[in-house]
Amino acid sequence: MTAPEALSPDRRTALADALRHCLGAENLVEDSESQRPFECDALTTYRELPLLVALPSTPDQVRAVLQLCHQFNVPVVPRGAGTGLCAGAMPHPQGVLLSLSKLDRVLEVDPLARFARVQPGVANLAITRAAAAHGLYYAPDPSSQIACSIGGNVASNSGGVHCLKYGLTVHNLLAMTVLTVEGEELKLGGLGLDSPGYDLMALLTGSEGLLGVVTDITVRLLPTPPLARVILAGFDSIAAAGDAVGAVIASGITPAGLEMMDSLAIRAAEDFCAAGYPRDAAAMLLCEVDGTEEEVAQHTGELSDLLQRAGASSLQVSRSDAERALLWKGRKSAFPAVGRLAPDYYCMDGTIPRGQVSRVLGEISELSRKYGLAVANVFHAGDGNLHPLILFDAGKPEELRKAEAFGGDILELSVAAGGCITGEHGVGVEKLRKMPSQFGQAELLQFEDIKHAFDPGLNLNPGKGIPILKRCQEYRALPARHEHV
Amino acid sequence: MSEPALQRDADCETALVAALQAAREAKRPLYVRGGDSKRDVLGRACEAAPLDVAAHRGILDYQPGELVISARAGTSVAAIQAALDEHRHMLPSEPPLFGGSATIGGTLACNLSGPGRPWRGATRDSVLGVKLLNGKGELLNFGGRVMKNVAGYDVSRLQAGAMGTLGVLCEITLRVVPQPEHSVTLGFELPAAQALTMMLQRAAQPAPLSAACWVDGRLHLRLSGAASAVRSTAQQWGGEPVADANDLWASLREMTHPFFSGDAPLWRLSLNSAAAVDNGEETLIDWGGAQRWLRAPHNAGAMHAKARAGGGHACLFRGGDRSGEVRAPLPEAQQRVQQKLKHAFDPDGLLNPGRLYSWL
Repeated sequence: MTAPEALSPDRRTALADALRHCLGAENLVEDSESQRPFECDALTTYRELPLLVALPSTPDQVRAVLQLCHQFNVPVVPRGAGTGLCAGAMPHPQGVLLSLSKLDRVLEVDPLARFARVQPGVANLAITRAAAAHGLYYAPDPSSQIACSIGGNVASNSGGVHCLKYGLTVHNLLAMTVLTVEGEELKLGGLGLDSPGYDLMALLTGSEGLLGVVTDITVRLLPTPPLARVILAGFDSIAAAGDAVGAVIASGITPAGLEMMDSLAIRAAEDFCAAGYPRDAAAMLLCEVDGTEEEVAQHTGELSDLLQRAGASSLQVSRSDAERALLWKGRKSAFPAVGRLAPDYYCMDGTIPRGQVSRVLGEISELSRKYGLAVANVFHAGDGNLHPLILFDAGKPEELRKAEAFGGDILELSVAAGGCITGEHGVGVEKLRKMPSQFGQAELLQFEDIKHAFDPGLNLNPGKGIPILKRCQEYRALPARHEHV
Repeated sequence: MSEPALQRDADCETALVAALQAAREAKRPLYVRGGDSKRDVLGRACEAAPLDVAAHRGILDYQPGELVISARAGTSVAAIQAALDEHRHMLPSEPPLFGGSATIGGTLACNLSGPGRPWRGATRDSVLGVKLLNGKGELLNFGGRVMKNVAGYDVSRLQAGAMGTLGVLCEITLRVVPQPEHSVTLGFELPAAQALTMMLQRAAQPAPLSAACWVDGRLHLRLSGAASAVRSTAQQWGGEPVADANDLWASLREMTHPFFSGDAPLWRLSLNSAAAVDNGEETLIDWGGAQRWLRAPHNAGAMHAKARAGGGHACLFRGGDRSGEVRAPLPEAQQRVQQKLKHAFDPDGLLNPGRLYSWL
C-alpha cells in the first residue's frame, strides 16, 4: 500500500517503449508541448502535465495500457472528452493519462429492444443522432452534450436539463464492460433490467474513474416525444419564483425540465443571444412539458394557470420548435454569457431540497455582499441543483482566494440545508477537501474500503473523488494544493 | 390494510447496533429479517440466527412538496403507500405489499418492483439515501434527500438487490412520484409471440404506456398519465378495455395470480425484452418482455444458458433446491470483485451469509 513513486529514468523509458510498441508512436504523446491539450479538463484552474498520454483505439489496447501501468505501478487517469468541471481528469505528474477519445464508435442500435451499444468516446449527442432515424433518443442531456463523451457521463453520473423526468445516467444504462486496474474484464448489467449479485454498474456509475475503466456501454433509448413546449415565466422576486417551483412540483405534473435564472443571469443571457427574456424580472423559470399533443396541451394549460396564480409577472408559451430552441438557447449559453461579465467565474454545484431554494438564494446573496463578489444564479430548480456562478478576476490573487472561500461557504450552506456538495459535476480534485463537510469519518473510511476492493494500489485516478484518510503519506504525496494559473 | 395502523412506531436503532456488536463478538452470523415476507423467495436458505428489523419502524419525514419520503427500514410498504395515497403520490416501482408484511427495507434489499418497472424504474432507481449498519457495527449515512448527489460512491443504490449482505438497512429515503391522473388497461387475445411483438412495437411509440404483460393467452397494455393522452392513445390502439384491471396488475405485483400458485419451482428470467418466446413453455411475460416467469423443475444449467442466450439471467425465484445456488453463476473475475466488496462492508461475513451465493 505504498504510494506510487516517480519512475526512474530507465523505467520511464521502458514504460514509454512498451506503450509505443502496443499503441504505435502516433498514439503516445511524450513531449510536454503536445501534452498541453491534456493538462486540464474544463475546470482550467487545475493543471498538471502527465508522464505520458496514451491514446488507444481499441478495448484491447486499453487493456494493454492498464496492464503495463499495473506492471510498472504507475497511476492511470482516465479521460473522456475533457468537459468535466471538477478537475476529475487532471493528469497525475507521475502517471499515464488514458484518453478514451479514439474509442468513438456506435456499435449497435437496436430499434426493437430500444438500446444502443457504444464505445466510451462517443459524444452524448451522437447517440441520439444515431437513434433518431428510429424515432428514439438517449435522454440524459448535460449542457455539454455536443462534446461530452458517454464514458465521461458514466464516470460522473451526468444529469442535464431533462433528468427531472427522465433520470440521470445511472437510470438509463443497461450494461457496461469495465476493465479493472489490472486490466481484467468485468461485464456488468445485461440486456435485461437487472443483474445477479451486487449492482456493480450502479456503484461504478459516478465513481469518477476510481474503480475501473469503461470500454463498452449499452444505454436505453426512449421514444422521442412528438411534441415539447416551454413556458417562460418572469417573477418580481426570487422568493415568488422559488415558491412557484414548489407549486409546480406539487401539482402532480412532472415537467420535462424546470430551470431558474436570476436577474444577473437573465440580463447576461439576453445580452448574449436575445432570447426574449424579461430583462426587468428578478427571476424567471423555464418549464418544459413534453409528450403527446393532447398531453402537452393539457399540461401547458394547467401549468400556465398555476404560474399565473403563483404571481408570474410575465408568461409566454413557445409556439414553435424555433421559438422553443431560442428560449433554451439563453439558458444553455448562460455560463458563457455570464462569463462575459467578469474575467473569470467559478461555478458551484450544490444541491438542496427544493423547498429551500429561496432561503438559500437569499443567503448566497448575503455572502455575495460579504465577499464583495457578484454572483449569478442559473440552475436546475426542479431538482434543487444550484449553479451559482461567482464572478471574479483571477488576475487579482485576493479575488481568487475570496471566490474559493465564497464557493466553499455555498457548499457548506447546501449541506446545512439538507443537501450535498455536488449534484452533477463531481468531486474530482476540486471538492475533495469539502467531502468531510458532507460525510463523517466512518463514511469516508467505508468509501476507502470500497476503493481498496477494486484498486488496492490506489493507482486509478489517485487524488480525486474520495479523500484517503488511512494512508496519510499517500494523501500528502498527492497534489494537495495546485498552483493556479 | 388495517394491520399497519395497529403497529406502533419505534426507534430500535440502539438495539440493532447492540445486537450486531454482540453477534460480532460471538462470531455468530445473522439472518437479517424485515417482515419475513420474502424468506422463501429470491435468495438461498440462510440458517443464521434472525436479526429482526421489523420493529424499527415509522415514517420519519414526508414533505409532499419535495416528493421525498424517509422511513425506518421496518416500516411496511403498505403504511408508506397509505401515507402517500393521501397526497396522491406513489412509490414509482409499485413494489409488492405481500399482505401488508413487506417492509421498505426488505423491498430495497430485494429490489422487487411491480409491473411498471420498465417505465417508472425499479426500487433501485428511486432510492436517494440510506442509513446503513455495516458488518463492523458502524452506522453510516449515504446519499441524502435530494434528487442529485454525486459526492462519493453510490452506496445507497448498491444495497438494491444485495439482500442485506452488505449491511443492515436502518433508514431509507426514496423519491416518490405523483399518481397518474388516469389509467386504462387494454386487452388483446393473442398468442405469446405475437403479443411480444405488439408489446415491443407499442413500447417504441411515444405513448403513456406504463405496463405490458401477457398471461393466459391475453396481452394487457396499461396506459397511465394525463387523461387526454390516455384516452387518445387508447382510441388509437384499440383492444378491449379491461374492467377490473387494477386487480390484474395487483395480482402480478403481489404474485397472487393463479399462475404463481402451487409448488412447482418458479423461475424468473430477466431478459432482453425482444428475446424470442419459447412456445410450449408455461410462461408469463411481464415488463414489456423483460421479465418472464416459468413454472417447472427445469435443469438449472439449461435455464441459465437459455437466459444468457436471451441477453439476461435466470433465478430460481421460489421452490426447488434452495440450498444450492439459485442465481446465475458469475465469471471468476466478477466473483472475486463481489467477494472483496462484501469484505469491505462485512469483513467477518456476519450478514446473511450465503443468502445471495454460497460463496458470498
